Amino acid sequence: MLKEIIFYGRGGQGGVTAANILVSAVLREGLYGQGFPFFGAERRGAPVMAFSRISDKPILRHGMFYDCDVLVVLDPKLVSLGLTKRIEVRDRGVVVVNAPDNMVLEKKAFTLKGSAKFYRVNATRIALEKKLVIAGWPVVNTSMLGAFARATGLVSINSVAEAIKEYFHGPIGETNAEAAVEAYKQTREAEVC
Amino acid sequence: MGKVVPITGNYAVAYAAKMARVQVVAAYPITPQTSIVEKLAEFIESGELDAVMIRVESEHSALAATFGAALAGARAFTATSSHGLLYMHEWVHWTSRARVPVVMAIVTRTIGTPWNIWPDHSDFMDQRDTGWILGFGMDNQEVFDLTVQAFKISEDPRVYLPVMIGLEGFILGHTTMPVELPDQKELDDWLGPRRQGYVIDGREPLAIGNLAWPEDTEEMFMDIQKAMEEAKQVIKEVDESYGKLTGRKYGGLIQCVGCSNAKYIAIAMGAWAGDLIEAVQKLREEGYPVGVARIRFVRPFPIEDLWKIINGVKGVIVLDRAISFGAWGQIYTDLVAGLAQYTRNLPVISNIVAGIGGVNVTHTDFYKLVKNFVDIVEKGEQPPVFTWYHKR
Repeated sequence: MLKEIIFYGRGGQGGVTAANILVSAVLREGLYGQGFPFFGAERRGAPVMAFSRISDKPILRHGMFYDCDVLVVLDPKLVSLGLTKRIEVRDRGVVVVNAPDNMVLEKKAFTLKGSAKFYRVNATRIALEKKLVIAGWPVVNTSMLGAFARATGLVSINSVAEAIKEYFHGPIGETNAEAAVEAYKQTREAEVC
Repeated sequence: MGKVVPITGNYAVAYAAKMARVQVVAAYPITPQTSIVEKLAEFIESGELDAVMIRVESEHSALAATFGAALAGARAFTATSSHGLLYMHEWVHWTSRARVPVVMAIVTRTIGTPWNIWPDHSDFMDQRDTGWILGFGMDNQEVFDLTVQAFKISEDPRVYLPVMIGLEGFILGHTTMPVELPDQKELDDWLGPRRQGYVIDGREPLAIGNLAWPEDTEEMFMDIQKAMEEAKQVIKEVDESYGKLTGRKYGGLIQCVGCSNAKYIAIAMGAWAGDLIEAVQKLREEGYPVGVARIRFVRPFPIEDLWKIINGVKGVIVLDRAISFGAWGQIYTDLVAGLAQYTRNLPVISNIVAGIGGVNVTHTDFYKLVKNFVDIVEKGEQPPVFTWYHKR
């Protein structure tokens, strides 16, 4: 089993942190993981990818990829702008979108190799409710990890919550873990047209 | 039993330096190295590491200060990349010729111009003639293990040469992977106290770097070459004893995967060797008799080990991530020169240079390249000696 995951968001939204926390979460379940940023300079606000690999065996391959088994979209605007088309979702892939409740998800905004399951959660609302806001930006990365756990079943929400708490320590860790659990509960399979 | 932590390759280096109990770190920041010395600064600040951080004004001074501390008897460490390494080049030579044990991590990055922060092996391979032992990791665990081992190798009385440990920027440097950290007490016992040939600490008058006659100078060169030969054995012993400590034994100067019954051998160094192994495993399933010899040390060059596996094969494909302009990739050049002492009937050997300036070369590329090479040789045709594998 080897799954390749792309977190697609804005520079500064915490995609890299999410990718790294995911590694920590899967280690708790005896799996192997890799997490890394898009190789290059940091670009706050620009659309950027972060990458994860999960496997039951040591991971030999390295480097970036632009087709994936799971696509996690942190910023819904990347969907409405059609930027999500840049990434190919493999057959029987999973797409998880941070989507406002009134957002209509359209298949044409994605490049699908075959069949794909779509999931949605309003992570921005969860972040605002938990007062997880930094420099005016709702912090959605930890919520999206909860959504990832629900949508893929590749890792348990407990491991995700534990990994988040270890990463951030203290009350911030607790609040982020709560956000992930809340997102886990609220994540639903989405209708796409 | 150790503890498994998810850390980047750069942090793996920092943890290794900490667990080797370095006493002095002198450093100047440069992408993609910086997070190594940032982490070490954190360790020192928090009291986890009892060391002195010397913040210098340039890489030239970084290695000069590291050298000075090592000369005075401290276990000293620094790290750099690319132009930083080029800038300290004078001290790189000076340190090895003074036979002072030092460990330096090189988070590889190409060389400008043009300005580019992405990885290849240009900066690392540029160090082949410096008298440093040159080791290179494939993943974060190996980077940790190699860095710890580097102190043991460097401080062995048969060697007393400085050691560089390479890891690609971003591909390993900024990638989080699980790393098992050994028990500190067990590691302390295994590594032992600092050893070096001589110490300048003011207790006894001693001068170094003074005028030497040509013959004396030449003898010092000859001694370094002898120490490099000795280092081959030391590296294997260290790999063996570290394997007993941690359960991880890599095979010495090279690591072989599926070499024993192979008719073709693919050779590479660094993180992309992992991608190569994955590609070759797939080719194996399809009946291609290919093995991988992964270069872990380029200096001393492991020609004896390579000959053992190359003797009798039909073809060898060498993947270099750097080039000596006007010649070929450096691993290819060293390999062919070294094989000349064993045989006049070389197998077909092809050199491919790729992945320059961070071009993303992965298991799918290696699958195509190795398959194509074997197919050509099997047809009885001669593949080109040198090719660029250039992607856009």
